[in-house]
Amino acid sequence: MRVAENLNAALGDLLEHDPKAYLIGEDVLDPYGGAFKITRGLSTRYPGRVLGTPISESGLTGLAAGLALCGDTAIVEIMFSDFAALAFDQIINFAAKSVSMYGSRVPMRLIVRCPTGGGRGYGPTHSQSLQKHFIGVPGLAVYEMSALHDNHAVLAAMVASAQPCVFFEDKVLYTRRMHALDPLFNQDILHDVARVFIDDPAAADCVIIAPGGVADRALAAMRQVFLDHEVTCCLLVPSRLYPFDVERLLPTLQNAKAILVAEESTAGGTWGAEIAHQIHQHLWKTLLRPVTLVHSADSVIPTAAHLEQQVLLQESTIHTAIMEALHA
Amino acid sequence: MPGMSQTIPATESPPTATDRASLDTESSPGAADRASLATGSPEAAVTRASLDTESPPAAADRASLATGSPEAAVTRADLELLLLIRHFELALLDLFGRGELNGTTHTCLGQEYVPVALTPLLQPDDYVFSNHRGHGHYLARYQDPEGLLAEIMGREGAICSGVGGSQHILRDRYLSTGVQGESLPVAAGVALHLRGTGALACVYIGDGTWGEGSVYEALNLASLWNLPLLVIVENNGIAQSTPTTCQLAGTIRDRAHAFGIRHHGVTSIDLTEIRSQIAPLITSVRTDSHPLVIEFATHRLGPHSKGDDTRPPDQVRHLPDWYRQVQPTPLFAQADEAARTRIAAIVGEVSARPLSRWSACG
Repeated sequence: MRVAENLNAALGDLLEHDPKAYLIGEDVLDPYGGAFKITRGLSTRYPGRVLGTPISESGLTGLAAGLALCGDTAIVEIMFSDFAALAFDQIINFAAKSVSMYGSRVPMRLIVRCPTGGGRGYGPTHSQSLQKHFIGVPGLAVYEMSALHDNHAVLAAMVASAQPCVFFEDKVLYTRRMHALDPLFNQDILHDVARVFIDDPAAADCVIIAPGGVADRALAAMRQVFLDHEVTCCLLVPSRLYPFDVERLLPTLQNAKAILVAEESTAGGTWGAEIAHQIHQHLWKTLLRPVTLVHSADSVIPTAAHLEQQVLLQESTIHTAIMEALHA
Repeated sequence: MPGMSQTIPATESPPTATDRASLDTESSPGAADRASLATGSPEAAVTRASLDTESPPAAADRASLATGSPEAAVTRADLELLLLIRHFELALLDLFGRGELNGTTHTCLGQEYVPVALTPLLQPDDYVFSNHRGHGHYLARYQDPEGLLAEIMGREGAICSGVGGSQHILRDRYLSTGVQGESLPVAAGVALHLRGTGALACVYIGDGTWGEGSVYEALNLASLWNLPLLVIVENNGIAQSTPTTCQLAGTIRDRAHAFGIRHHGVTSIDLTEIRSQIAPLITSVRTDSHPLVIEFATHRLGPHSKGDDTRPPDQVRHLPDWYRQVQPTPLFAQADEAARTRIAAIVGEVSARPLSRWSACG
């Protein structure tokens, strides 16, 4: 099953089992079914609760927050995550604040889905990874889709948290197969963190922490360094990027000779910097070297394929970072 | 006191009927056209009555309403509520002046009659969204000066444990936020939730709020989807320090009409008259499920927040004030003193309470 089909099915199940659930966004209605076809079929099955809106990210996100305020479950699709900037006030100043600024906890079951990332030649305003701008907001959780996490469970966790969640969905994942791994690798799940490893995850030379959109690139680099240099790596793919609790990962991290955090965000103020800081706080005395941050360049994301490749995080970026960290 | 129509500067009031008439020749398409455009929306648009049949009374009529006898219009209950809000706001400015309040506040001096007029027209199952200038809205709904003052002072018994303060209040189906225009899309979502139940979402905004794009996104959705959204505009002629004439092109009425939304202008400060004008309109929001904009031409007699009024004192002094108009009422002197005394006692009692307590919740 492709990731898009898994997500579509998960959204359909949510609408099926929660009669108070809505899905709201631009061009989400059939026969179009959303710009990336993730909502295909849903408006036909749930016509009063899958709502196609005008091009109004602030308005539709606020509308969803109003439904959530009334106890409904509201899922928003932002066509490209870049446009979440247009809904920033509703997410940060209304939805997230409402959870706690009125003195007692207000449940807000609101999921803002954001197709994200580059690699498809959409250019500077349709290719960004803006996760870092939603990190560190009280009352707001940030999740990222992965081919290693069943979206039924991910959506259920977000709804159960009863707080607004921004769900980043790397666009290149939609056509990938769920749970498809090279036979070289084993996988398991530690809480909501998927682990991919060759032998013993706690004995790997290098641990890479990466969100779902980067997992494929990390796995390709892991495979190559093993075949070329017999370097073993363990990949950790969290479903929830923030808040992030690093303590549960310490047994996997503490014996590694190198730790990397890889993400597609451009440089500066990254999610990885937050994760690295947490790891430093817990393991500073035993780490052989600081955690390595691997990300895209400090640049807009060009449209032309050869230029886009120069900016975005590549398999080779991770490969180089692993080797440098182990041999520095 | 001169009649209101003479004291409202023309630049601060809604345009005259003549001005509007000339614009109406280019107004929105007829209901039939709109209905045909609405295919694809969750529900086909019901055919709406002409937007102009619910338009404000002609200017000449308004002048006569505004100078009508005030005594007949004020019941004891209304007077007590008006005075409760007035003395609450005056007490806040006094507390600030003495350095006993933290942060900031925005008083509604001069505008108290707007939420008081609406009080009997709103129902418990209606949602009310207020804004930064919301003390009157809250007091008109709950008559809870103790809880509100405790919230503003961070004392025990605060509505929101002192976290929200003056402009972030949540109580049952009442909510205020401090960001302009933010509440309109949220209220549209609540109206979607309420649609068909007979309840509505009422949202207070000011003239300055119409500078925010979210307002138009919400109005568009509310009109497209036939949402029971009641927008109360308190057009006080000034957005913080900027005169409305310097920040708002055209009229609020025409902006509402551009979305196929009915608009009703209120210039009277006579509660009975106001209610007789708007009660049937508000009922129709419930029964016919469509949005409505009611625009009050009102006046802010105090500063935007505290001590930041750049208008000449003479100009402010001559603005219409319901307080002066109700003074001849036989009930007035006693009710005024009673409200002043009550608020003074509440200030003393709440000030003496222990500080509010709160455990941060993520």
